[in-house]
Amino acid sequence: MLNISQLLDEIKASPYREIVVVAPHTGKITFAEIAPGDRVHGPQGQWKELPGDRLATLERERNPKPVCAPENGEISLVHKELNGCFVEAGTPLVVLRHMLTRDEVQRTILQKTLHLFLAPERAKYYFTPEADKKIRSSDAHSVTVRDGMELFIMSRMKREVPLHYTGPDGVIYEVYFKYNENLDAGAPLIGVCPQAHLHVIHDMIIRVQTEWTET
Amino acid sequence: MDNSIEKRLHNLRERLSYITDVFAGKHSDSTVMLEERLTFFAGRAMSGASENAYAELATVEDLFAHVERRLDKTLSPMDKVRIVRHPQRFCLRDILENVYDNFTEVGGQDEHSLDPGMLIARAVITRSRGKKKYMQSIMVIGQEKGHGAEYRNGGSVKPWGNAKALQYMNVAETEGIPIHTYIFTPGSYPVEDYPGAAQQIAKNIYNMAGLSVPIVAVVSEGGSGGAEAIGLADKRLMLSHGYYSVISPEGAAAIEGRLKNGERASPELIEHCAAHLKIQAEDNLRFGYVDKIIQEPPLGARPWHFDFFRSLRQDVIRATDEVVISTRKMPVLRGLALARHRNPETDIDGLYIRWGLSGAAKARLVHRRQQKFLRLSRQAARDRRPFLTKTATTFLDWISKPWVSFKYDFYHKHQRQISTLMEEINNEIDMIKYRLLSPWRKLRCRLPGRQDDKAQELTTLSTWEESGRSRKWNYLSPRYKIDRTLTCPNSESYGCLDLWGPDLFAEFAGVCSHCGYHFPMEPEWYVHNVFDAGSIIEFNSEIEAGNPLDFPDFSDKITAAKEKARAKSGCMTFEARIDNIKMVVAMLMGTFRGGSVGAAEGYKFVEAAARAAKKRYPFLAYVHGTAGIRIQEGTHGVIQMPRCTVAVRRYIEAGGLYMVLYDTNSFAGPVASFLGCSPYQFAVRSSNIGFAGPGVIKETTGMDIPPKYHRSYRALSRGHIQGIWDRRQIRPNIKQALLTIGGRNLYYR
Repeated sequence: MLNISQLLDEIKASPYREIVVVAPHTGKITFAEIAPGDRVHGPQGQWKELPGDRLATLERERNPKPVCAPENGEISLVHKELNGCFVEAGTPLVVLRHMLTRDEVQRTILQKTLHLFLAPERAKYYFTPEADKKIRSSDAHSVTVRDGMELFIMSRMKREVPLHYTGPDGVIYEVYFKYNENLDAGAPLIGVCPQAHLHVIHDMIIRVQTEWTET
Repeated sequence: MDNSIEKRLHNLRERLSYITDVFAGKHSDSTVMLEERLTFFAGRAMSGASENAYAELATVEDLFAHVERRLDKTLSPMDKVRIVRHPQRFCLRDILENVYDNFTEVGGQDEHSLDPGMLIARAVITRSRGKKKYMQSIMVIGQEKGHGAEYRNGGSVKPWGNAKALQYMNVAETEGIPIHTYIFTPGSYPVEDYPGAAQQIAKNIYNMAGLSVPIVAVVSEGGSGGAEAIGLADKRLMLSHGYYSVISPEGAAAIEGRLKNGERASPELIEHCAAHLKIQAEDNLRFGYVDKIIQEPPLGARPWHFDFFRSLRQDVIRATDEVVISTRKMPVLRGLALARHRNPETDIDGLYIRWGLSGAAKARLVHRRQQKFLRLSRQAARDRRPFLTKTATTFLDWISKPWVSFKYDFYHKHQRQISTLMEEINNEIDMIKYRLLSPWRKLRCRLPGRQDDKAQELTTLSTWEESGRSRKWNYLSPRYKIDRTLTCPNSESYGCLDLWGPDLFAEFAGVCSHCGYHFPMEPEWYVHNVFDAGSIIEFNSEIEAGNPLDFPDFSDKITAAKEKARAKSGCMTFEARIDNIKMVVAMLMGTFRGGSVGAAEGYKFVEAAARAAKKRYPFLAYVHGTAGIRIQEGTHGVIQMPRCTVAVRRYIEAGGLYMVLYDTNSFAGPVASFLGCSPYQFAVRSSNIGFAGPGVIKETTGMDIPPKYHRSYRALSRGHIQGIWDRRQIRPNIKQALLTIGGRNLYYR
């Protein structure tokens, strides 16, 4: 049986993701006016067209390049001792603590609790017509899958091959691919949850949406 | 209280709120006084204390009229802007109801229209001569701001609205009825959805330049591109309280104050800009951009000023008659009829002029219209050519005309027959020579020590031919000396490596070797690398950009720009060759005040088109970059849109090939007129083409636009441009285009 509370508590114990910002290439590093504890913004705007806050400037061959924050977060560590030094590619510069948002927490828990069926190779994927019809008419939860069931059509260069589902029986909880979009090998296609666990997962989502406070 | 008193009181209250709005806080003593008198009278009338309410009311009304007359004299340009934008101002539907005798809307009904902002109607007026009645039809086209203001979008017409206007102009041409356009727009709606704001306006202007029916335009609120889309007319009338401008005063203030990210300009700055842009009717009449001012009642006409509508009716009919009369061939009759019409005492409704035109009259009409626009705004550019040069040029033009027409119209037409004859004669001579010399040839073959060419070619190694790759550029950008690397803007998405400056700006011609991104290059790079070395002959370089409106601080800026770009104006015109194909090139330089177009640039462009037409050369407009019309020149700038388009149309109709090549950023007025109207437009990779920049779109429409909204590839998908070229391939591509497309009069055909 799944223990959602335990999972949630685990995440609550460390409610952030640490992002280590590294030097993209060699060069002389100059840090911006940042100190541990500062809050910085990641890329913003409707299309993420505005770059994130500048953390440092990396200069190589008289070509200064900004190093920007990849996500919203709080700076937990700045390697100030490197200021003005020549650094190698991959040298850690800044550590950011990105506080997890509700959606991120939900996604993490779902990835842990659901059975993920992965794409075997890079291709476009579609549901078989019967499954597709069901999903369109109600929603993904109404589709029950069993081991060995023909569920997908894999399409590469317009050559279509049926793909059989393998894994535990249950209902499709999440669909991770979009129509007419290429997926890399190993990317999750669907998340399946046994019928009996469905209500537990519903509870979990409600708990995350209500209890998790975003900062 | 009497019902009619109530009504008149309501009217007075409206007038008071109108005055308050128009003056925005100024003349508060007058408004306070009017308000006191009004409330005093209203109180007395309500309580029944007034013995002769009608007489008292008449006194108050007289007072209102007096104050309005007095305040009318103090109107500033910005007050006039507030007048034309006021909800109480009359709209196109008021005109349709009060000026014309009957009408049917044909461009859609209310909100059920392709674009409710553009109103199109077939209207009729009835005139009489003696007892006989005549009905005359007119196509009325104009922007509508009120009467359903919630869906009219403030008269800001979307591209498809302008397309609708064009469609009905063509209908009017087919039916042979005159067009009356009424301009009530703050500007065109700057979206790039098909057909594209700029592209559609360009099409409209191009078509109006050759429309064979009389067109009369009346300007109330003439905001640059939106106004020009229906404004190229035989007669342009302007309302005395209207404005006609290159940009809204707020927009000008935002540019002057260098405001970014939606900051608001201060009211003083806006007032200052409005005052110096010379947007009023008197200014435009003085410059010659409108033909007549229609006087409005004090503080501007409102829907209840029926006298005004009567005079408007007289004026538009008179203008239409004058246009028709002026196409007549007999000078004496024409003069008499014009004199009769221009007499202000004449009752126009009692005269009848047939508005249909014969074929020859249509040609004269179009010719007159084109000539009229070509003559405009000459005085606004500083022509620094010495008097002798100017005289010599005119004289040479005059002298060379017969020679040119002999060379191209006669000789080139009959060239084929002449050359066929010459070839046949040569063939005969060759044959005779061959027979005569054959004994000698036989003798030579038998001489010892002679090698066979064929054997040599087959037995020796071939040599490496000079290929295009190893060709060095004729000109290197001075930036190639910088000792640093540069980052390609696409490196995030494509992972381009850093580029070393000396490589990038010399051998790579400013093109990222990984993703093909084009860094901007100087205009000189194109001049020297696209055309044959040493083939450039610049002309009219002495025509200088100036400050015709005496816009404050602008003279210094323009002098600084001249020094920086080492040019007298933002347009360089020259003759050049590509593999010995000669052509005339007009280049708009993005390095000279952003490549903005003013009177001098327009002048040079028009002259270049005329030169290309005369010499039967192809005409290439190379747009290194243009930011639009130079706003500090006001209407001197905006008039270049119809003017240059007329020049281009005349050139194309004379059988020339007009081609446009966009580079870096091309926006606004020029793209929406003389560039956008070309049938053959190409772009260099990484260029941006559009009507308004992201900041302006955000400000006027409130929409955020996606980052790659103006990319040339979008313009290509929309059908605005015909192809996208690599910078390194411009030369071969232009040559191929010249040899494969366009006009019948090209000298090399």
